[in-house]
Amino acid sequence: MGNTDTHAGRSRADGADRGADDAGPPEADGAPGALTRDEADAREIGAAGSQLSTAPREEPLLSGPTLGPIGWFRWFWRQLTSMRIALLLLLLLSLAAIPGSLIPQSSADQNKVDTFITEHTTLGPLYDKLQLFHVYSSVWFSAIYILLFISLIGCIIPRTWQFVGQLRGRPPGAPSRLTRLPAYTTWRTEAAPEAVREAALTMLRRRRFRAHVVGDAVAAEKGYLREAGNLVFHVALIVMLLAFASGSLFKSEGGKLIMEGDSDGFSNTLSQYDDFTSGPLFDTSNLAPFSFSLDDFVGTYERSGPEVGTARTFQADIHYSAGPRDGEHKGVIKENHPLKIEGSNVYLISHGYAPSVTVRDGAGKVVFHGATPMLPFDKNLSSSGAIKVMDGYRDKSGKKDQLGFAALFVPTFGGKGQMLSQFPAADFPVLNIGAYHGDLGVDSGVPQNVYQLNTKVLTPFKDAKGQILKQSLLPGETMKLPGGSGSITFDKGPIKEWASFQITHQPGELWALGGAIAAILGLAGSLFIQRRRVWVKAVAGPDGTTVLEMAGLGRSESAKLPEELGDLAVTLLPEAPPAPEPDADDAGEKPAAAPAEHAEGAEK
Amino acid sequence: MLAAGTNENLAHTSNVLIYSAMAVYMLAFFAHIFEWIFGSRSKVARTAAALTPGGSRAEAQGNAKDAGTVTIKVATKGGGTTVLERPKIITRSASGSRDVPDGPGADGGDVQGDMWGRIALSLTVLAFIIAAGGVLTRALSVQRAPWGNMYEFSITFSTVAVGVYLGLLASRKLNIRWLGLPLVTTVLLTLGLAVTVLYTASDQLVPALHSYWLWIHVSTAIFCGAVFYVGAVSTLLYLFRDRYETKLIAGEKISAFATSVLERLPAAATLDKLAYRVNAAVFPLWTFTIIAGAIWAGSAWGHYWEWDPKETWSFITWVAYACYLHARATAGWKGRKAATLALIAFACFLFNYYGVNIFVTGKHSYAGV
Ligand code: HEM
Repeated sequence: MGNTDTHAGRSRADGADRGADDAGPPEADGAPGALTRDEADAREIGAAGSQLSTAPREEPLLSGPTLGPIGWFRWFWRQLTSMRIALLLLLLLSLAAIPGSLIPQSSADQNKVDTFITEHTTLGPLYDKLQLFHVYSSVWFSAIYILLFISLIGCIIPRTWQFVGQLRGRPPGAPSRLTRLPAYTTWRTEAAPEAVREAALTMLRRRRFRAHVVGDAVAAEKGYLREAGNLVFHVALIVMLLAFASGSLFKSEGGKLIMEGDSDGFSNTLSQYDDFTSGPLFDTSNLAPFSFSLDDFVGTYERSGPEVGTARTFQADIHYSAGPRDGEHKGVIKENHPLKIEGSNVYLISHGYAPSVTVRDGAGKVVFHGATPMLPFDKNLSSSGAIKVMDGYRDKSGKKDQLGFAALFVPTFGGKGQMLSQFPAADFPVLNIGAYHGDLGVDSGVPQNVYQLNTKVLTPFKDAKGQILKQSLLPGETMKLPGGSGSITFDKGPIKEWASFQITHQPGELWALGGAIAAILGLAGSLFIQRRRVWVKAVAGPDGTTVLEMAGLGRSESAKLPEELGDLAVTLLPEAPPAPEPDADDAGEKPAAAPAEHAEGAEK
Repeated sequence: MLAAGTNENLAHTSNVLIYSAMAVYMLAFFAHIFEWIFGSRSKVARTAAALTPGGSRAEAQGNAKDAGTVTIKVATKGGGTTVLERPKIITRSASGSRDVPDGPGADGGDVQGDMWGRIALSLTVLAFIIAAGGVLTRALSVQRAPWGNMYEFSITFSTVAVGVYLGLLASRKLNIRWLGLPLVTTVLLTLGLAVTVLYTASDQLVPALHSYWLWIHVSTAIFCGAVFYVGAVSTLLYLFRDRYETKLIAGEKISAFATSVLERLPAAATLDKLAYRVNAAVFPLWTFTIIAGAIWAGSAWGHYWEWDPKETWSFITWVAYACYLHARATAGWKGRKAATLALIAFACFLFNYYGVNIFVTGKHSYAGV
């Protein structure tokens, strides 16, 4: 009896009705006395109104058990799977999600988290302790949704059995007084009661009601899909959760920067990734053996108007091969259009320039020649990077040394001496270089950033004024290192570009998608379909005609119920034509006749 | 260059249209004010009559009594021939609600009030057409869907909200003309904010926003917002009206102004039911919106769900509406508590739109402010 509250509500309206009869005090509406009337009314509708939904029965929270541990467990379980607790957990879930949108999250941007911690000396550690920097994987957030899903499972299973029971059973018989129901109509007909019931049964079945005859009435029900949809929706939520969970347990994800025309490109093995993360259950030997390389990166930008410089298209033309036995294919990756290879998705994430330089030693021997990727730091692709000459260089005295160049690159130079780019395309490229030598620290085993120089341990070359040697170069220009230590040349020719890719493998994607679709469909069924019952009662009246009564019961929001009942009545009319109006008042007859105008007024 | 010139002309036309629409909305606003003022002259006071002890209680009892009895209307045409008619269906008020008649509407049954109400409605239709033209020319000038930044989002959102209102009115299923004044007021506020604070010259989208999923995602989000808005207004009015009815029953004193305004609104039960129907009807679409967003994020960023602030607040809004729907099915939570949840849910939606764009930085940084 999931909806006893519905009866209670309806009978309150009744209070007013009866109030008219016994001319009781108007406050009777809310007074305790009305409760007995509620109960009487609930009993009136009784089984007929029961199980219109499978929602769990509400029990007062305070009724703690007096039994032992098993009793406590059952009490706890019943509370956990009650609608009230489900509601509370849902509320908690939405509240708990808020801090993660306001406090920097390490999953999104670790740098921001670090800055926050250094800036807030008291709040920082506190937040850290409360796991507020990774809210969505925190213990408390997980606890809420795990409890919610336990509650959900504990709710769905009994509801499913109950629903199956309802499907196997038949709609309950008519309540004794149909006038108590929210929609009601009646007329007298000359057709025999059996014929009326037979006609009603056929008509209701044709309208796809589940209908049968109980006593002198036909009982019918429709809209089981509402309940089914509701259950499908809740099950789909579980499917989605499981899909996400397995997805994050088994996923792998890594990034790789590739330069245009780089013949090696990328092949999908762990050592090739610049960075790589994977779920705890991911087996790295399971990486699919595909490979790809970047042929050309094309970026176009707005040339005029207020949004000059805004990117229009990004496109990476690549070659790929699905495995050692597969041939080469051409492919294109754009933003929004990842390439699917062997169950992995390859996304285009970012791009930049890789200016090429030639470094010579004092004797003029080329010790380094090649392109070095620079990392952009603004939207016009002003970039910085480090050019490192690890070996092959000997200083003027013939001693082995290493060279490091701190580089700033702008694709379109503004001409004011500032190394800030004016436009993202390589219209007027300038490379600014500061020169250092010493131990680059590559061999020390300490991981170091390939895009930065550790200038603290390096010795700068000095210019004539004693400043660090630094110069801005146009393509083709050369900077000489002091005292015959060699030179560095910014090579002529088109500036190479690079693109970085993210390679993700996330199983369970299809399950999540399937769950999502099922959830939407189930929800639509649950919210758009009305579950309702209709009874058609036909009994022989005292004057020899048949009194036909029809009534409908739905859930509280069934606005269309009266309309539908009207349609059903109209359909039934030809089979049960109204008998002519009898002479005036047969007062004793139930139902009593009332002036039609008044009834109209009562209609909503 | 020629094309750019045309586009700038179009953008200019769009701005002129939006300003014109605001002027007409302003007129509609005043017409609504007149409607309410003239409506206050009428002395219908049906609600009070139905609910106050003593008074004309008989009328209410008459209503309720009829609802409990039974009739069938069979018209007889000469010679006692029975003519079939649609049988009268007797209905009883929905669960948990008082048996209170709906108020007569803003005009209070006053003839002049009604005239002003009609004028206001006509002006609203006119303003809607002009604003829709503004949105369309804006879309043509940027050659994409008109929601690439907060300015465009605002003009589209307010226009769709008015469209939903007019659509509901035209369907004649629900009588919601009383919604006119609050709607026009908020639309004026939204547009005012859009043209002053949020204005962005026509621009293109960054490549990540080139996707038909975006088109689907944002258009459904805007539509959901407009429908949720209608739900929120009727929820809010439900809370006022419910308090009013409670006070009436308890015989407490109510200010003349509150009485005048509130007695003209539909009954609390009607408002509550409307709010539920509206919110429930659009909830599956909101679910779809979030999923479409996740699919788009998946193809744009390589992650379906990253708890980006915008995603997080969409999720919070979704859970809040789920709370509301659950609350209505939970004893002890229906009625005012559930209504409060619905308002919180709508506040989450609004925060997601204004708050997150302005105060929080995330990947959805196309706000243009
Ligand atoms: C995981 C989070 C959950 C979400 C997002 C959710 C969402 C929803 C929605 C949207 C509805 C439709 C409301 C309506 O028909 O008016 C609904 C109904 C329902 N939910 Fe949940 N739900 C969740 C968890 C639960 C849990 C844990 C329970 C068990 C206690 C539960 C029990 C029900 C029941 C019984 C109904 C049907 C109520 C009725 O008959 O009107 N739900 N839920």
